[in-house]
Amino acid sequence: MLKRWLRITVTVGVVAGLVSSLAGLDVARAQAPVRIGVIEPLSGPVAASGNYIRMGAEIARDWLNAKGGVLGRKIDLVIEDNKSDPKEAASAAEKLIVRDKVPAIMGAWGSSMTLAAMPKLEEYGVPMVVETSSAASITKRGNPWIFRISPPSEMEAVGLEQYVPKLTIKKADFLAVNTDWGRGSIQAFGDLLKKNGLQVGAAEFMEQSATDMNAQITKIKSTGGDTLFLTTAVEQITLVLKQAQEQRLNRKIITTGGSSSPTQLIKQAGAAAEGTYHIVFFMPWFPESMPDGKLAKAFVEEWAKRGHPFEGLTEGFRGHDGIMTIAEAVKVAGKDEPTAVRDALWRVNITGVNGPIHFEKDGPAGKESGQSKPSIFIVQIRDGKVALPEFARK
Amino acid sequence: MDQLLQHLLNGLVLGGTYALLGIGLTLIFGLMDVVNFAHGEFYSLGAYATFAGLSLADLNFFAALGVAIVCGIALGALTERVLLRPLRGHSIDTVMLVMIGVWISMQNGELLLWGGVAKSIAHPFPTSPLTLGGLSLAPLRLFVLAAAIGLVVGAHLLVHRTRLGRAMRATFQDADTAALMGVRIHRIYTATFAIGSGLAAAAGALLGSVFIAYPSMGDLASLKAFSVVILGGLGNIGGATVGGLVLGIAEELGAGYVSSGYRDAVGFVIIMAVLLVRPSGLFARAERVG
Repeated sequence: MLKRWLRITVTVGVVAGLVSSLAGLDVARAQAPVRIGVIEPLSGPVAASGNYIRMGAEIARDWLNAKGGVLGRKIDLVIEDNKSDPKEAASAAEKLIVRDKVPAIMGAWGSSMTLAAMPKLEEYGVPMVVETSSAASITKRGNPWIFRISPPSEMEAVGLEQYVPKLTIKKADFLAVNTDWGRGSIQAFGDLLKKNGLQVGAAEFMEQSATDMNAQITKIKSTGGDTLFLTTAVEQITLVLKQAQEQRLNRKIITTGGSSSPTQLIKQAGAAAEGTYHIVFFMPWFPESMPDGKLAKAFVEEWAKRGHPFEGLTEGFRGHDGIMTIAEAVKVAGKDEPTAVRDALWRVNITGVNGPIHFEKDGPAGKESGQSKPSIFIVQIRDGKVALPEFARK
Repeated sequence: MDQLLQHLLNGLVLGGTYALLGIGLTLIFGLMDVVNFAHGEFYSLGAYATFAGLSLADLNFFAALGVAIVCGIALGALTERVLLRPLRGHSIDTVMLVMIGVWISMQNGELLLWGGVAKSIAHPFPTSPLTLGGLSLAPLRLFVLAAAIGLVVGAHLLVHRTRLGRAMRATFQDADTAALMGVRIHRIYTATFAIGSGLAAAAGALLGSVFIAYPSMGDLASLKAFSVVILGGLGNIGGATVGGLVLGIAEELGAGYVSSGYRDAVGFVIIMAVLLVRPSGLFARAERVG
């Protein structure tokens, strides 16, 4: 008898405790910071890029908080490392959603990592702003929780189209990293060239961790082309440029994807980088030429003030723009609840460091993802400095 | 024709670097039976030590290479003395787990110390290539090939022509008998691991300037080193050399004439084919029976 009473008392006590703590949680939540999840590669082969994006995101957070945050609450970033590994990206997304209960996530740099995290967003119903990945499939799969501010390769190719006649390409070869991104890029730029009546030569691949690309370069040398489109991260671009110089590969080299960090290439590839063209989404060398020159300049200055390396800026701005996009959506929604934030993302209309951010529908009808139309620029390395190519000057 | 010759030349140079990675591991994995997952980390240690010697201590390039090799030997000896000696006689799995731990700690240590941004190692050689007809080769690569040949020959002589080498062979054939014959086997274990690690550091020091140094550079090096050792036959320095060259040339021709998307696959298909015919590798160490 006593036992039974004890059991009932304990049960009631536990339930009461739970209810009151839940209620308490709700009250606390109103003053607690708005938490935004961030998934980036902070270790592993592309750790440098992921850390630059984190630095950019922190600048956005601090700027927003200095102006009072959103909805009268501070902004807090919950940052997770995906270790440059798709499996880790999926578990990081789950952790942020289930344990940290974030209303929105920014991530996850590489296309393969983003694709791996996407099913979790749909499972739990939490939106993600994609800041870097460029594989076309991300917005074509019919995941209505995806909002991308980086350009897919097709969009990049369209951005380059206006310069194609000025680049005097007759026949181009391709060398790309063997991932969703690299393969998609060869497809997109190949289509662009064919559409303009230009010849396409060899399409060669390299593994993400490969360091010796001499075989591919020897093969490309034999096609008799005049231009090489190169798609990979900055470390591998450095190696390809050095090895192309060793093999006297006389080509106009154009890197795509915006992860080329020309400043780092000048430092590490030296003379081998001379004359190369780079498609970028931010030009920290001449911020005044960006769509919002004042904001771009302020960002470059803040970056320098924090002692971050200059070569990181071409990645760092993505972090800033991603967090600004999410913060704006929370403001429009009026609350930090995932579905409300998702609906509000469609109404975001701001100008980031890259330029205007505004989402349009992409993918299968009824389950569209959001895709913004970012600004695309081309720069050239001349005399050991980054410059606007002759034809791109206003 | 020029293209084929250039592919063969590239393959030879690449194979030389694989051989260099393989000979260090064949001593540790082949002779000592330590599944050394940290081999690639001694390789990146060599690259970062060279970088440190050049940029922090302002050494000359060749002196920095020497310092890097000494660092590899010293850390290798320390690892063996502190971590492996207490595990002598334990199962190969226990040792393997410890080496996985060493691998992860060293790689993360590098990330912590140097950051994730790749480092470029300066070298005194001219960057314009040496050319002969349609062929070209960077002077630095020629130096690396020459140094690799020197180290391979040196390691071979050490194992087969010196007192230390004889003691090493005796110890790994039968440690108890060797001990009874007055070989100080603990020292032999330490020396072998240190020499193997020193060779890995030498490979990293030489190749760091050809490529770039970054914390995860050792992963690929470990993978290639294991392939070379298994292909060549465990514990055989000549085998590791031939294995390295075969792998380098196979990858190069595979990428050149089959598809660069399957470059690594071509190398592994060759390894599988060789193992089907010769399960102990190209030049297996003669097993003692009974």
